[in-house]
Amino acid sequence: MTTNIPAIDQHAAPTGGSTNYLNNTSGFWSWASTLDHKRIGLMYLVGTTLAFLAGGLFALLVRVHLWEPDGMLFDNPTYNQVFTLHGAFMVFLFVIPAIPGSLGNMVLPLMLGAKDVALPRLNLLSFYLWLTGAVLATLAIILGGFDTGWTFYAPYSLYTQKAVVTIGLAVFVLGFSSIFTGLNFIVTVHKLRAPGLTWFRMPLFVWALYATSILQVLATPVLGITVLLVAFERLYQVGIFDPRLGGDPVLFEHFFWFYSHPAVYIMVLPAFGIISELVSVHSRKPLFGYKLIAFSSLAIAVISFLVWGHHMFTSGQSTFAMFAFSFLTFFVAIPTAIKEFSWVATIWKGSIALNAPMLYTLAFLIIFAIGGLTGVILGSLSVNIHMHDTYFVVAHFHYVMMGSIALAFFAGLHHWWPKMFGVMYDETIAKIACGIIFVGFNATFLPQFIMGSRGMPRRYATYVPDFQVFHQASTVGAVILGVGIALMVYCFVVSLFQGKKAMVNQWGGVTLDWLTPTPPPLENFHEAPVVTTEVYDYSTLDLSTTRTPIA
Amino acid sequence: MSHDGHHSVVIPAPGPEFVPHTVAHHFDTPVQEFQAAKLGFWLFLATEILLFGGLFAAYFYYHETYAETFRVGGQQLDWQLGAVNTTVLLLSSWTMAMGVRSAQTSQKGKTLLFLGLTVLGALIFLGIKYVEYSAKNQHGLIVFSHLFDGYDQANKQLPWFQDYGGVMKDVPHGHLFFAIYLTMTAIHGLHVVIGAGLIIWVMKGAAKGRFHAGYFLPVDLVGLYWHLVDLIWIFLFPLLYLVP
Repeated sequence: MTTNIPAIDQHAAPTGGSTNYLNNTSGFWSWASTLDHKRIGLMYLVGTTLAFLAGGLFALLVRVHLWEPDGMLFDNPTYNQVFTLHGAFMVFLFVIPAIPGSLGNMVLPLMLGAKDVALPRLNLLSFYLWLTGAVLATLAIILGGFDTGWTFYAPYSLYTQKAVVTIGLAVFVLGFSSIFTGLNFIVTVHKLRAPGLTWFRMPLFVWALYATSILQVLATPVLGITVLLVAFERLYQVGIFDPRLGGDPVLFEHFFWFYSHPAVYIMVLPAFGIISELVSVHSRKPLFGYKLIAFSSLAIAVISFLVWGHHMFTSGQSTFAMFAFSFLTFFVAIPTAIKEFSWVATIWKGSIALNAPMLYTLAFLIIFAIGGLTGVILGSLSVNIHMHDTYFVVAHFHYVMMGSIALAFFAGLHHWWPKMFGVMYDETIAKIACGIIFVGFNATFLPQFIMGSRGMPRRYATYVPDFQVFHQASTVGAVILGVGIALMVYCFVVSLFQGKKAMVNQWGGVTLDWLTPTPPPLENFHEAPVVTTEVYDYSTLDLSTTRTPIA
Repeated sequence: MSHDGHHSVVIPAPGPEFVPHTVAHHFDTPVQEFQAAKLGFWLFLATEILLFGGLFAAYFYYHETYAETFRVGGQQLDWQLGAVNTTVLLLSSWTMAMGVRSAQTSQKGKTLLFLGLTVLGALIFLGIKYVEYSAKNQHGLIVFSHLFDGYDQANKQLPWFQDYGGVMKDVPHGHLFFAIYLTMTAIHGLHVVIGAGLIIWVMKGAAKGRFHAGYFLPVDLVGLYWHLVDLIWIFLFPLLYLVP
């Protein structure tokens, strides 16, 4: 994709004197009231990363507690609170908002050749809603915590003497933060594409965010009304979910999973988008099956609305419903496998650069294959009955949420870090951190597959001694994982102060985000770009601005 | 803003009583701005429908499960007051449409008049709703002063659902109909209040002359919102008052 931007390298990287979005204004208020998508993206990055570190701390506490069969740290009610905090913080404050909020905000308008998202004020509102949700969630901890699991299943969530209304309100507010981000991205993609940037010239990260946005807009309101009804239930006993009062708790589960299954794809589709970009750029090769990947995102978005019942195989559905939900669940595997194979085919015979973003990408490809295939296993009705609510499920969704989504997020962060800040991190440290994370992650969750398949139930504070060896292996893995993540964060923070200046086009990308100065100026492009070539056409790459190709 | 070529598009005012509109910096044309806002707002309306969709799903589920409860419960509502409210909202949708039209044709006085009438419609609707709620309160079906009291374990009853008249005695879980009635109409009522607030906000802009043939976007969008509030009531009225 070339543009009519004349000789991009003249706007040499962050040399003194040039103004960019980071330094065009300064002071607290210039950030707190900014309408610039890039600054909002950075604020999301800081916020969601802090939430991730908090959620990770809760995870470590859970793992340390489970070192002994009788538990090491907490009494049982406290344990219930700690794992709930881990789940709620990770899901609602990190995994759902992190990629669209930070990297999506930062990169989507750049990739479209736009000056900003279509609705900048709404974008800032989204961030402040996220912040309000984070404050409310923290407040809920102070007000007595919550011990329902992140799923808030009725009737327990209606009876427990904890701050469920406060955390419910937090989830409601966070839901609208997510809705507004999705709405904004849909409008931006429809209305602010640069001249010549047709739908099938859009980078696949944009396609993935577009499919995500559809899900955010169409699924999240149902979660909103569900948590609102739980709050009403607790405040004035409406009885809609309360079996004592004639209500049906299974209705809650239907409502909840009608959102929360699509939410799984709200989380994972942006990760797919990042991986699509990265396999292409770091193999310097056009994507294999571009249109298939684009359409598979949309297919996943559609199918994801039809499979929520597979979370409820043991909740009392009709046999026919279970059969239908199981059957439809298998369909998700098709577009997902199309992506996985396309990524691998893209790397094949490419000019592969084994830098930190690419290492994370390769780690993703391995981990996601396991995470995805175990999902198919769990989708099979008869197997699911045995595996339901065991550590096998825990291991499966951590292979997707932590191993795939978080690792894709890290990959994207390493990839766009030089673009965002104009500096490079230490590649060696970044690669070591990646290796430690990969080892630590698998050490944590592979044992959980084994003990889950042998019957270890999830969410238990204690367990029979037979499982101790697996739990201890998992805990050791979690500590290794924690060390790796700490090293990665350290590497990023140090780069801000001591990092070498990044090249204009650090990796040799040909999408519009790499054809603007580094870091980008306030309105992203010095001249409005016009797209004249196809997407991922590396023959147009200006080699003077980037790394040399590997032979 | 270092760069060259930064020029905002300005839509001139059609007359001295109006003010020009400056298109936001990141849009190239007024049409782009208009279409972006409109698309975004339609998506927002879709989320509103889905939010109410959860409530409607709960309604249909319990209507199936406790048909008799819903039949008897529906009879306790005053369908005539409901019909009057339906008429009021339909008329207010008409005044809203006229308000949008007046803004589009740069008729400042008429814009303010019709928007004001719409707010009046909202107030009448809320007034009638208040009468209905307090009637339920006096008949002892819904006792609002006990709304936030917890479930009475000893007597196994809900303090807010007293059923003094005994009309719901023979049907299972009589409170469930009123719980759904109250939740749906209260959330709808909240939307009426928000809608009225938005119209008043738009009227302030209209009084300053911000809306005219060249730029009437906020009036248009608030109009869409008001029609949706009306539309939801069009479904609530027959489901709660007539169908049972």
